[in-house]
Amino acid sequence: MAEKAIEAKKKGQKSSEDYTYVGMVFHRLTRHKLAMVGAFMLIFILLFVFVGPLIWRADPNAQIEGLGGLFNPASRAHPLGTDDYGRDVLARMFFGGRISLFIGFISAISSTLAGAFVGLVAGYYGGWADNILMRFTDAMLSIPTFPLLIALASVLGKGVWQIILVIVLFGWMTDARLVRGLVLSLKEQEYVEAARAIGASANRIMWRHLFPNTLAVLIVSTTIGIGGAIIYEASISFLGFGVQAPFASWGNMLQNAQQFIWNSPRLIIYPGLAIFMTVLGFNFFGDGLRDAIDPKLKL
Amino acid sequence: MDNREVLVDIKNLRTFFYTEDGVVPAVDGIDLTIHRGEVVGLVGESGCGKSVTALSIMRLIPDPPGKIIEGEIFFHEEDLLKKNEEEMRAIRGDKISMIFQEPMTSLNPVYTIGDQISEAITLHQKIDSAEAKKRTVEMIHLVGIPEPERRFGQYPHEMSGGMRQRVMIAMALSSNPELLISDEATTALDVTIQAQILDLMRGLQKKLGMAILIITHNLAVVAEMAETIAIAYAGKIVENASAKEIFKSPRHPYTYGLLTSIPKFTEKKTNEPLPAIEGMVPSPYHMPKGCRFNPRCPFVTEKCREEEPEIVELTPGHLVRCFHPIES
Repeated sequence: MAEKAIEAKKKGQKSSEDYTYVGMVFHRLTRHKLAMVGAFMLIFILLFVFVGPLIWRADPNAQIEGLGGLFNPASRAHPLGTDDYGRDVLARMFFGGRISLFIGFISAISSTLAGAFVGLVAGYYGGWADNILMRFTDAMLSIPTFPLLIALASVLGKGVWQIILVIVLFGWMTDARLVRGLVLSLKEQEYVEAARAIGASANRIMWRHLFPNTLAVLIVSTTIGIGGAIIYEASISFLGFGVQAPFASWGNMLQNAQQFIWNSPRLIIYPGLAIFMTVLGFNFFGDGLRDAIDPKLKL
Repeated sequence: MDNREVLVDIKNLRTFFYTEDGVVPAVDGIDLTIHRGEVVGLVGESGCGKSVTALSIMRLIPDPPGKIIEGEIFFHEEDLLKKNEEEMRAIRGDKISMIFQEPMTSLNPVYTIGDQISEAITLHQKIDSAEAKKRTVEMIHLVGIPEPERRFGQYPHEMSGGMRQRVMIAMALSSNPELLISDEATTALDVTIQAQILDLMRGLQKKLGMAILIITHNLAVVAEMAETIAIAYAGKIVENASAKEIFKSPRHPYTYGLLTSIPKFTEKKTNEPLPAIEGMVPSPYHMPKGCRFNPRCPFVTEKCREEEPEIVELTPGHLVRCFHPIES
């Protein structure tokens, strides 16, 4: 090992010993084919959503007057055609994507943090705290999500933040279980006892010593969670409780298009394909990240 | 020896563990005195309660299942068992520090060693981060790690076991504790590193003047380090005397058995097998009646099976818990 590293250094190459942890994970990630496919899909989507509108400056909510403006096929004036209101589909794809991604990111990160909090407390304190929190988690997992979701959406009102709240409310449980399981084994580690022996408080041990050790797993879970949240958003919007017209999201574009599925199938295909690509991209990337973070796996 | 100020005075400490299979009296009436600046060895085999004693002093017994049911632990004439968690936190790592057996896992893998030593410092001292860093580098230097500036930014996995144990010692000593508890701190290290770490601890003890409680099953370790030695057996101290006395004239049959079962290089080679103490450590769920050592004792009498001996001072400073102590 050591000779190899020295030799590699002489040649100006990097050996595994030169990398920091993050550097090593990145290095492994770049060699993971599926993760790279996912990464390229995501980069493409991000460029599409954020750089696209700078190139194609069209108002996503402007309608073309007259019947002739509706359901136009792709043309020079409208690269992806127009929808049932005569709006530019490409522009709506850009802005809808921004909203979908925003909801995906925020709700996946928030539900991971919420789950991590519950898991940390349950796992660290154990005993009755663990029992109460985990039974609550089980209860939440056994609630049929969709009917409640619809009920909640109608109570909370419709909008981006409401959707995020609803997704977080129903999305933290798996992370809570994941973190609890991890913490149960992590808290037996000697460094936790050592931290106690230098006078660290329970809060400090949980957040400073245990939480960072669960991050590797949580990052993977969040990455895959973003894809899930985007699907959730699409489903909620598809049912008509999500992002409201005239604002676009990929989900409500799908919902809008379902009535015209026989006449203008492309209205379904564009947002559908975008969601499909984004979710698949996050899943591929998340899988790769999991492999790259796992120190026992040699790539 | 005894005119030094008493730092820690443990009186009749009893720490029990309540498990599903029954009650384990891990520590059952231990008395131990540590003077200021004294090095005390607590020796015994696995399960005799020596680590539990250490954790009791730190008040780090996992509860449940463990519970300190009786006794007093005076530290500067204040009973640690009467302090609340917050007061204990202020003492841990500041006045009393502890180093553990496993240097490989005692450091958090996600932080640099500099971060971890600084944490120990800033938890107890109100100083800014630049000051803390300076102090950390000093500590790394003090425990004999070369290139402290560079080592400051390294992660635990970049260091060997011996180096990590040095880091642990730096963490433990960063607030100038009055008592350092070393719980089998050298057991997981190989012999040459063990010697280095013991050397380091002895040197630092001379320099900083803290008291050390060395917990070990290795008599060679205490022989090298300790002034006073307490021998524990099945949750009780059976013999307590100066190191010299213990090695020269052990009075308890258990101590005697331990010492004679160490192979000696100076003796002529014989074909005799190495003497060993007969039998096994009693199961914690079924402690024998009377003296706890009676089933294994070569000098056992009827009295030993019926009555439990008290610990008595045979000669000044030499305490033994036995009805039939070996003549010196």
